[in-house]
Amino acid sequence: MGERSDYGTSTSEGFITEQLATLHLRSETWARFKRNRPALLSACGLLGLLLSVFCWPIILKTAPLLGAHGSAFSQYHDPDRLSDDQFQPPSATHWFGTDVHGRDLFSRVLFGAQVSLLVGLMGTIVSLVIGVLWGAISGYAGGRLDAIMMRMVDVLYSLPSIIFVIVLITTLEGRLKNLLGGVAGPGLDRTTRLFFLVIGLGAVSWLTMARIVRGQVLSLRQRPFVDASRALGASATRILRCHIIPHTLGVVIVYLALTVPAIILYESFLSYLGLGIQPPMASWGSLIAEGAEQINPVRIYWWLIIFPGCFLVTTLLALNFLGDGLRDAWEVGRRD
Amino acid sequence: MPTVYFIKRLLLGIPLLLVISFLAFLLVHAAPGGPFDRERNPASPEIKRALEARYHLNEPLLKQYLRYLGLVWEKDDQGQWHRALAGFNASMRYRNHSVSDILQQGLPVSMSLGALSFCFAMGIGLPLGFFSAMRRGKWEDYVGSFLAISAVCVPALVLGPILVMLLAIKWRVFPVALWSSPWHVVLPTVTLGLFFSGRIARLLREGLLNIFQAEFITAARAKGLDEFSILLKHAFRIAVLPVVSYAGPLLADLLTGSFVIENIFQLPGIGLHLVNSSLNKDYPVVVGLSLVYATLLIVLNLLVDAAYALLDPRVKYG
Repeated sequence: MGERSDYGTSTSEGFITEQLATLHLRSETWARFKRNRPALLSACGLLGLLLSVFCWPIILKTAPLLGAHGSAFSQYHDPDRLSDDQFQPPSATHWFGTDVHGRDLFSRVLFGAQVSLLVGLMGTIVSLVIGVLWGAISGYAGGRLDAIMMRMVDVLYSLPSIIFVIVLITTLEGRLKNLLGGVAGPGLDRTTRLFFLVIGLGAVSWLTMARIVRGQVLSLRQRPFVDASRALGASATRILRCHIIPHTLGVVIVYLALTVPAIILYESFLSYLGLGIQPPMASWGSLIAEGAEQINPVRIYWWLIIFPGCFLVTTLLALNFLGDGLRDAWEVGRRD
Repeated sequence: MPTVYFIKRLLLGIPLLLVISFLAFLLVHAAPGGPFDRERNPASPEIKRALEARYHLNEPLLKQYLRYLGLVWEKDDQGQWHRALAGFNASMRYRNHSVSDILQQGLPVSMSLGALSFCFAMGIGLPLGFFSAMRRGKWEDYVGSFLAISAVCVPALVLGPILVMLLAIKWRVFPVALWSSPWHVVLPTVTLGLFFSGRIARLLREGLLNIFQAEFITAARAKGLDEFSILLKHAFRIAVLPVVSYAGPLLADLLTGSFVIENIFQLPGIGLHLVNSSLNKDYPVVVGLSLVYATLLIVLNLLVDAAYALLDPRVKYG
């Protein structure tokens, strides 16, 4: 951004009015978004969820300072503490009941939320980076490179993505284990699994993003300001970085809001397969899978599925409402 | 000429299939370990080597791939050249089953479940989307849209166990699992199809709302056509296009099985095989299933394009 001064002469009136117009458009979009009740409510709900997810571990850590009562509280709610109280239904001590190992389900759902939300967000960022770069380069370069890059997207579309994810995760993990030669402790093992999960999910979710960005870039590169920049001698990378990619951001953000729930869903699916998070860590998907394992004709442990399921479903709902709200606000703005 | 165009498209699918099979083949080989790592007793190095030699895993990659396609010629003991047996039929994990055995066992289950779920998704989704769009802005629209978005947000891995607990175990309306009578079909079909019915309803509602603003609808109204025939003859056939293009890949997905559903309801479909064979590096099965999926996808996308030409008079091919 610091290099912008080299064409400071272009701060003509037209430039300023255009800037003002975009600013105006943005505030209009924001106002329209605020009028959308479900979207606003969802945003607040998601913030509340994030807040409780971050605060709950702190509460558990600080509770013992309040004396014996507090330390008992944090003991009961320790998500990793095994106890003899297996399959307790929801009660005053265990708000969501306990699981097969007598662990407190409320804590596990909140700690699982950390993983689900983190993986959803990071996976989306990975897919964003790959998708935007791929689409922008392909659309801007045009010609043969464009054709090759888009055929690759077509081929990847027609391969079942589950194969790709499985192979990617196992390959990367195997390579890393060879590299480290067994030095890795269990803690490192867990973080690497999380890391590869994010990479794998991002690597299969960028295809649609690339197509959308390419479509945008194809129309953007014909615009006068891009020609002007090219005439001034700007390089292709500079034009992409300073002019084209910033202009695709609106559409990209709208699509992102719909990618996050898709990736959270995919993560829960992988954890359900046992490919995602490894125990004792939990995500909503692995919690539901653990609950589903306990289904038997004799006794019904409904809380094992209902509570993590409710968290997953409401989060997905909120994200979808948010995405719809963003899209509506943005698209009306473009139509005007 | 549309027929020439479609034949050309179909022929272009063949190199695509080759590329996909090669890619799936390479992917499975890129993963560390081999198909015999999880044998019951740790095999001695000689046994493992013999197994690998039997399945030609010790050969160079390209030769293995050509052998898979059946394009390798070998000299036998008498010095005669013979074409080697194509490798695409031998599963390494299930030794006494060929890939076509696995497909023959699994595909009918997965395909009938997929087709039923597809019909369910269409049967729920289309009327719901249509109804919401007709009642735009009224309370019926809000309820319909909320139902559609909720369906999109309840994944099969949540819905399936809940349905099993409530309807199968508690109230004993439906059987818990397996695949033998028409009653067994209901729960898996609903679990698999509900998500997509939500998607379809949303697509159709949006398509209809966009179409109502189009100029040719205003023109038809000005001409004095009654609302009903405008809706059927002009609006619906264009508004349903997004649903049609979504339906192609969707049907390919549904027909090739779903791991979650087959796992929850213990169905003998091919979704389980796809996951397990990728985990076990059983490449003949992985590549075979990928080819089935890709072929379905190519054919269905072609059908989607044909449907476009039939529905939208503005679309011309060739």
